[in-house]
Amino acid sequence: MNKSSPKKEVRINELNSITIRFAGDSGDGIQLVGHQFANATAIAGNDLSTLPDYPSEVRAPAGSLGGVSGFQLSFGDKSVMTPGTRPDVLIAMNPAALAVNIKNIDKGSVIIVNSDAFNPGALEKAGYSANPLEDGTLANYRVMAIPVNTFTENTLKDSGLAKPQILKCKNFYMLGIMYWMYGLPLEPTINWIKIKFKKTPELAKANQEVLSAGYAYSEAAEIFDARFQIKKSPVAPGKYRNLTGNEAAAYALITAAKLLKKKLFYGSYPITPASEILHTLCMHKANDVVVFQTEDEIAAICTSIGAAFAGCLAATGTSGPGLSLKIEAMGLGVIVELPLVIVNVQRSGPSTGLPTKTEQSDLLQAVYGRHGESPLVVIAAASPADCFTTTLEAARIAVKYMTPVIVLSNAYLSNGSEPFRIPKLRELPRFEVPPLPEPGQFKPYMRSSETLARPWAYAGLKGYEHRIGGLEKADITGAVSYEPENHEKMTKLRAEKIARVVAEIPPTRISGANEGELLVVGWGSTFGAITQAVTEAREMGLRVSSAHIKYMNPLPPDLGTVIRRFRKVLVPEENLGQFRMMLRASYLIEPIGLNKIQGQALNSDEILSKIKEILRGN
Amino acid sequence: MENIKLTAKDFAPDSPVKWCPGCGDFAILAQVQRTMAAMGLPHEKYVVVSGIGCSSRFPYYMNTYGFHSIHGRAPAVASGIKLANPELSVWVVTGDGDGLSIGGNHVLHAIRRNIGLKILLFNNRIYAMTKGQASPTTQQGTKTKTSPMGTIDYPFNPARFAIGLDCAFVARGLDTDMALTSHILERAARHKGTAFVEIFQKCIPFTDKEFDGLKDKDKKDDFLIKIEHGKPLVFGRNRDKGIIFRNFRPGIIEFKPGNIPDDVAVYDETNAEMAYLISGFQAPEFPIPLGVFRATEKSSYEELYYNQVAAVGDTKSNELETLLAGPDAWEVK
Repeated sequence: MNKSSPKKEVRINELNSITIRFAGDSGDGIQLVGHQFANATAIAGNDLSTLPDYPSEVRAPAGSLGGVSGFQLSFGDKSVMTPGTRPDVLIAMNPAALAVNIKNIDKGSVIIVNSDAFNPGALEKAGYSANPLEDGTLANYRVMAIPVNTFTENTLKDSGLAKPQILKCKNFYMLGIMYWMYGLPLEPTINWIKIKFKKTPELAKANQEVLSAGYAYSEAAEIFDARFQIKKSPVAPGKYRNLTGNEAAAYALITAAKLLKKKLFYGSYPITPASEILHTLCMHKANDVVVFQTEDEIAAICTSIGAAFAGCLAATGTSGPGLSLKIEAMGLGVIVELPLVIVNVQRSGPSTGLPTKTEQSDLLQAVYGRHGESPLVVIAAASPADCFTTTLEAARIAVKYMTPVIVLSNAYLSNGSEPFRIPKLRELPRFEVPPLPEPGQFKPYMRSSETLARPWAYAGLKGYEHRIGGLEKADITGAVSYEPENHEKMTKLRAEKIARVVAEIPPTRISGANEGELLVVGWGSTFGAITQAVTEAREMGLRVSSAHIKYMNPLPPDLGTVIRRFRKVLVPEENLGQFRMMLRASYLIEPIGLNKIQGQALNSDEILSKIKEILRGN
Repeated sequence: MENIKLTAKDFAPDSPVKWCPGCGDFAILAQVQRTMAAMGLPHEKYVVVSGIGCSSRFPYYMNTYGFHSIHGRAPAVASGIKLANPELSVWVVTGDGDGLSIGGNHVLHAIRRNIGLKILLFNNRIYAMTKGQASPTTQQGTKTKTSPMGTIDYPFNPARFAIGLDCAFVARGLDTDMALTSHILERAARHKGTAFVEIFQKCIPFTDKEFDGLKDKDKKDDFLIKIEHGKPLVFGRNRDKGIIFRNFRPGIIEFKPGNIPDDVAVYDETNAEMAYLISGFQAPEFPIPLGVFRATEKSSYEELYYNQVAAVGDTKSNELETLLAGPDAWEVK
């Protein structure tokens, strides 16, 4: 800063990490600025974790409490595990956004509002009888009221744009302010604007000007007494990009197909919160990615099974209700023993439930929810970036063992994002397919002695013509068989094949001591919250360890031994105790449950207080 | 294409065919094997996909790739196969229950997309495998296990259903009419896009008498009309009756044999409206039409799909790392 400037000195506060929540009307572009801000923090070298939170209606009534859209992120210098519990900074673009979020804001925190939106009509819609900016309601917070509409209009008064178009740019003004406060670069967003508004250069220019104006205003105005510098995170060198869980799953499928040197086929029917996998793959059709938007969920899985029979790496994706519709075809996948990846992005159920909100309540459906004896592999992703690793692993197991594999993600992971280090080809796992014998020796249900997988002789290969189907098949020959003993043999072979997947499971990693008082066992999306809670608990001197399970079926072979080294086991999960039931059934233990079914992720505070309750009795 | 010579026998597998003796399916199977042999395509390029029901055992009786899938879903499984590898000749064998009841949605959307499937719908007007319940094509009033007082449901007319969906190739055959069925199958095999073929097929245990009127040597010519592109719509034992249209309504006129009046309609298989009207013919007012109702050309789904992808340009050479990095990756040193 120019030293001769007459402005008052702005203090630069250095922080380790911070949680920010953008909130506004669902038409205010909140998700957009949230993602841009997240990218900027990542590029600046911070670790981060994001949580979009939006209503299920495409456009809920403007200004209403139900129409508030939020985007929360946490960023900082060490491994940020979750998007944070209570925001340090709230950006409220309208009164409804303030009303909905204020209960989660601690006194003394920063609230930045668009004061122009606090007009009588909007206040009434948000349930305020008086203006909270004026009546002292917010006296205990550090409030910055900025007339963002007015400033945006002033910036664009000569742009030639109509007023509604001008006001659509206001979210970029707020973003400019935030970039200044946190010392973040504008360039990534400017580049993004240039690409996004390529066809409407006047809007590109307007958004860019508004973004810069917000930044310049903060620099010049004296309402801010502080800016913050968040310490950088020590990360491994390499190329990074910010990915949501859904994007990560999509890129994993493409990667798997490339490693296999096969076409990817993705049959899918739109469903929240899994549709972004479909959207992402649609952009890569020219890269040997065949995407088929089907008439329904059943067709989605059936086209994929067909494509697997035709030699593609086949996958389908859905959410809970869609998984239910796919169940019959999953049974077909089990009996025909074709590779298939099924990504299930769990949401709050049953039925339509809370369709945009998160849960972990499809575990039992995934592991057990089929007719007949039909085991398949189920693995769960632990973080947005881990959706890549997990989906890639699912594809690897699917082709190695010739089986359907379910990947469990959820709304929290699918919408949340974090920096993803782009792997080098040599770092990726090797894909193996069962050997295909010479045509004369081929039998459809002959098996690899190691994995019990049958050969993948796909339609079109000369000399391997054969028939498969839902009817029970004779061992080895694959002819239709009604023989009682053969059915039992085949049932056991299918079960044994899935059981042998334990060979793929690494030893269970324990965070903390290998034995002791309490082990927190989690699976899937609770990884960040559990890790943070357990770390904090140990800093308080509590003897607690944690283990996070990825392989839900089959379970890790050492899990029973690991669990029995602890006196107590706590299983936090976003359902009524589904994994707890599996653990009880598998190891004859009685774990303690911590269960949350609110459409919101379990947070580290909740887990920490449960740990304290168990270990200290308070 | 390889120039190969195959016979129907080459398409018959070793395993025994298990339909009821006298079932209409045997005749259709023989015609399909003959048709495939005549196409000049090797075995491995054929995939026969089915759902559930008597007709759906078909893939086991074909020496090709075959997939006996689940109830109603054959068009979906087959669509996945076709889109994955458009070089394959993909045939769907389904029935009135499998294709129009539980699987109606998939047949409907396969036709809408015009994906390259040959859909053979064997219409025996009954659920035979589950032992005789009313199906969506069971004629109103028929007594079945689920309609002891006679069905009250209005039946589907499968060929007309497909014409109503603007299917580019629609035909109706009869199990015992080898020449007709074979002609239809051959045209269907050469058709690009969805070919929908309804085949009347009697079921010995349940609908043995269903199509007798169309098979009786003495009477059949008064009960059915064979439609042929470019030929006048004439029928009757003495070929003395013809179809005319007045104010878009069909009617029958009689005339002296050999003396076909000018107002007898000449069939045009490219005319969707005519196909719709003729396919609606019901006994006893009208003769039952058999033959190719509709045959027109339009781009198939797989053509449109891969042409669109080709227009984007080949990005396959992209390194995986570049692809994963996308436009907004950053480097940490």
